[in-house]
Formats: sequence, structure tokens, C-alpha cells
Amino acid sequence: MIPGDPALTIAGVDAAESDIQAIRAKLGTDKPMLNQYLEWIWDVFRFDFGTSLTSGRPVSDLIMERFPLTLTLAVLGILLSIVIAIPLGVISAVRRWSFWDYLGMLFSQAGMAIPSFWLGILLLMLLSIKYRVFPLFGSGSINHLILPSISLGIARAAVLLRLTRASMVEELSKEYVITARAKGLTERMVNYKHALRNALLPVITIAGIQLGYMLGGAIIIEQVFSLPGLGRLFLFAVYQRDFPLIQGGVVFVAFVFSFINFAVDILYSVLNPKIRIS
Amino acid sequence: MTVSNNNLLEIKNLDISFIQARGAAHALRGIDLTISSGEILALVGESGSGKTVTSMSIMGLVPTPPARVNAGSLLFKGEELIGRPHAEMRKIRGNEIAMVFQEPAKYLNPSLKIGEQITEMLILHLGMSKRQAVEKSLEFLDVVGLGKSRRVLNAYPHELSGGMKQRAMIAMAICCNPSLLLADEPTTALDVTLQLQILKLIRSLKATFSMGILFISHNLGIVREIADRVSVIYAGKIVESASNKALFENTLHPYTSALLQSIPDAKKRGHRLRAIPGSVPDAENIPQGCSFHPRCALASDRCSQEIPMTKDYGNGHSAACHMVQ
Repeated sequence: MIPGDPALTIAGVDAAESDIQAIRAKLGTDKPMLNQYLEWIWDVFRFDFGTSLTSGRPVSDLIMERFPLTLTLAVLGILLSIVIAIPLGVISAVRRWSFWDYLGMLFSQAGMAIPSFWLGILLLMLLSIKYRVFPLFGSGSINHLILPSISLGIARAAVLLRLTRASMVEELSKEYVITARAKGLTERMVNYKHALRNALLPVITIAGIQLGYMLGGAIIIEQVFSLPGLGRLFLFAVYQRDFPLIQGGVVFVAFVFSFINFAVDILYSVLNPKIRIS
Repeated sequence: MTVSNNNLLEIKNLDISFIQARGAAHALRGIDLTISSGEILALVGESGSGKTVTSMSIMGLVPTPPARVNAGSLLFKGEELIGRPHAEMRKIRGNEIAMVFQEPAKYLNPSLKIGEQITEMLILHLGMSKRQAVEKSLEFLDVVGLGKSRRVLNAYPHELSGGMKQRAMIAMAICCNPSLLLADEPTTALDVTLQLQILKLIRSLKATFSMGILFISHNLGIVREIADRVSVIYAGKIVESASNKALFENTLHPYTSALLQSIPDAKKRGHRLRAIPGSVPDAENIPQGCSFHPRCALASDRCSQEIPMTKDYGNGHSAACHMVQ
């Protein structure tokens, strides 16, 4: 399937054939593919993700060690993008073709075009090397996560901003907005109380999905900022053919993604009375 | 100059066009309407004839640009509405002039409770506290026939039936005791049985609160039920105005006759439905002369050249047609 044999990696290039065979037997990779797979599935159902081939530690421990950093990074990233995207998107929609709208469009075009690793490198050069506001690498404090979350957040903000603007423009063209104006409400009430509430629904869905993606680890950004997050863990697992860790990682990411989607659905029903369960 | 009489609303020669890239659309071409307190004036016409522009311009909700008021005045309680600052118009809207719309399902905010949608007006216009506003809202739910129901107050629009939604919307419109109510096809989206109930409700509002009501409709059958006076609008111009009785029994304008003949009638079962040939002209290219002449059975050469003046035929019955003697 995948070229490369973990037994060879562990034993080293000059190892004797008998040693390699012994390692294979120990890892279980000498068994037929189907057997290996079924055994793994059976273990997963008992929440046993096995042991990492390279470090010899349980996969679940390795993932849980790295997860807090990835979680913080993802949450900071999505918060930042929401904080940028929603106000600017709403202003863009309310004052179409104004200065703010053009600024928003410029931002979203640039944000979508700029690769986040490049933005990360630029930020490092400017704010860590030239001005030394933020640490260059390492982890452990929130300061280490500011620049990575900006790099991650900008691209997401660009997408969310366009979505917020489009959604808000659509809501403002709906009939209930005419009613709100006919009631003599101020434009502020019409925009923020009546239209925004409905306009946020699709934005929240997409923000949730983006959060899900980010929780799987940000491989490139973690490399740029040398952060020990899930992305790097999984990347090295692939390099070293650490199959249990890769498999455990895939299951974990899938689980987190489903959980976020579920949480978004719950949140959705709080915001949208039509799908509230009575 | 006539000093204001007891007309609640007096529209004089109101002329509005919309400036678009492909040319100007002449939506209202000098209309005159008056409504007194405790009176229901029906404004009748086909889609695209200018009914909604009329009501929206009374509310000051026609955006300028793209719209432009070419001429005319809108006197409400003797005071000009055209050119009022936005902030002043906002205090009139919902408070002194309120509006009920055609499709309550679309015109109510889907994600706000009915109670919130009513109380926000009372709090804004009448400075009530939240608690007072809730009490007042319950009273008005009772007025519109929903009972003093907290369940309705706490319901979202989709949890109510179509008829209940329209009643809730009427409660919303009348909660600040407006003296003028604009009802834009308020029964069109409802079942026939509900239509009758809503019409009764509107009639009772006129009596109880002595509101002036502008009832916009394309349905002459309903108009006959509810209106005190009727104005027929065609291509942005009032072609005939009369009391209810006079309009239906002594129809002057050929367009009004044609509309009357196109009402389906159970007695004429088995006959082909009479429709007016052609359709309302676009506001961008209104025919020369009488705008109705291309569809009119009585049209003569004169009709295609000369715009007919509105003539008074006594007892407040007026029509704009060359062929009426």
C-alpha cells in the first residue's frame, strides 16, 4: 500500500534480516492486511488506539498532549476571523459601495489570495525579528500563538467576510425589513436587530466547519512557527510510517469534526427558532 | 389655497418616477386621493399600476434616488410629508401611519417572537416600559381576535397559522393607535374564509378607532364589501373615483367596467371568464394619450393622442375618459 516498512525504519539500514522479522512480528505487520485492519478496528471500539511505533507511547497520550495547543490556536484563529469578518461584512452590506465596502472587498481579495504560510513568514520577519514584539519560535504562552492565529485567521476572515456581506445583503432585501422600516424603527434597529440575526445563520455554519478543519491541526503554520501541535505530530507520523499514530490521528480528526458539526447544529437551533426542537 | 379641512390624508398631483439605467419609469403620473378619519378608501388596480408605490410614498419609504418626486404633495393632517427629514418621518411611521402587508409569512421577522415585534414599537414610539408594552400588546392581540394570549406573544411567526399571522401583523400595525392605516392587499394571501374574517376585523377597526384606511386591492369583489369610496388606478393615474355605490352601479370609465366584468361570477357559470386583453403598460413606456386606449374597446383616435382630463360628474364621482359624457 504505502511504500516503506516501519520495521526497517526502526531496525536501521544495517540490521539483520532476522531482527527485522522479529520487529515485524512484534508490531504485527507480518500478518495479512485484513487481519491487521480488523484488529485495529476492534481496538478502536475499546478506545485503544495502540502504541506509537517510534516513541513507544500510547497514541491517545500523544494526541492529547498536542491537542490543547491546536485547540487554542484554532479557537484564537476563528475568533479573530469572526471579529474581523462580521463587523466589516455587516458594514459593507449596510453601506454598499462605500469606503468600508471597498476596504472589505480589498481585504477579502487579499486574504484569499495570500497563502497563510507566507503571511506567517512576513509577520515573523516584521514583528519577531525586526521589532521583537512576539517570540520567534517556541510555545508555552499565549504570546507564541498570536502570530500563528493571525496567519490562520486572516484567510478564514476573508471567506467569512464575503459570506457575511452576501448574507446580510440578501436579508436586507427581504420583506420583513420593509415591515421593520414601516414600523418606524431606526436604521440601526432594522440592521442589527432584524436583519443581522437572520444573516448570521449561514455564517455560523461555515465558521463552525472552518473551526473543525483547524482542529485537525495546521500543518504548514505549525511548521512555520515550529509549534508542537497536532499537524506536526501527524506530519512526522507520516514521515516515519508510524501507522498506529496516523490511524489514530485520522479517527481523532474525524471525531472532532463531527463533534463540531453537531455543536454547530445545536447552536443553529438556538439562533433559528424554526428548527428548534419543541 | 384651500386650508386643510377634515381630510386626514390629501394627496395632490403626486408624480413620481424611478430613474434607472434604461430610462425613467413613470410610476405615478399625478394622482389625487383623499382619505378622512373613519373612512375606508380602496385603491384598485392591476399589478404594476402604482398601488404599492402610492402606499410606500405615503410612508416615506420610496428611496430617492432611484425615485424622484417630480411634483405634488402629500398632506397628512394638513402637514406636508414630502421632504420631511428622515428622523421626523420615522416618528410618524408605525406611530401615526401604520401599514399591513400582503403576505404576513414574509413580512414578519422569522427569528423574532411576535411579542418582541409588537412591543419594540410601543417602547420606541410611546416610551413604554417592557412590562407596560407587554400588557398593551396583549390588549391589542385581544382586539384583533387572538385573545389575551401569552402563547401567541411568545410564539415565532412560523408557529402561527396564516390567519393568526395576519391578525398579529394587524395588531402590530394598530398598537400605537395610528390615525391612518395602509393595508396593502391584506387578504390576498389568505384563504377565502379567512379573508372575510380579516375584512370584518378591518371594518371594526375603522369603527372602533375611527381610523382612516387606505385599502389596496386588485379584487373588486372584496373592495365592494369593505370600501366607502373607491379609486381606480391605471398606469400611475387615477382613472375613476367614486363612492362604493356609485362606482359599482354607475360605472363611468371603460377600464372600471372591464375590471368589473372580469370578476368571476357564480351566476355566469359555464361562460368563458372575461379578461381584459393585453396587460398594464410598463412604467417605462406608457402609451401616448389615454394610457388605457390600446386595451380599450371604446377607444377612438382622440384617445391615442390626447390625455383625458379628470372630470367631476357630481357627488364626488370623477373619471378621466374622453368617451364618458
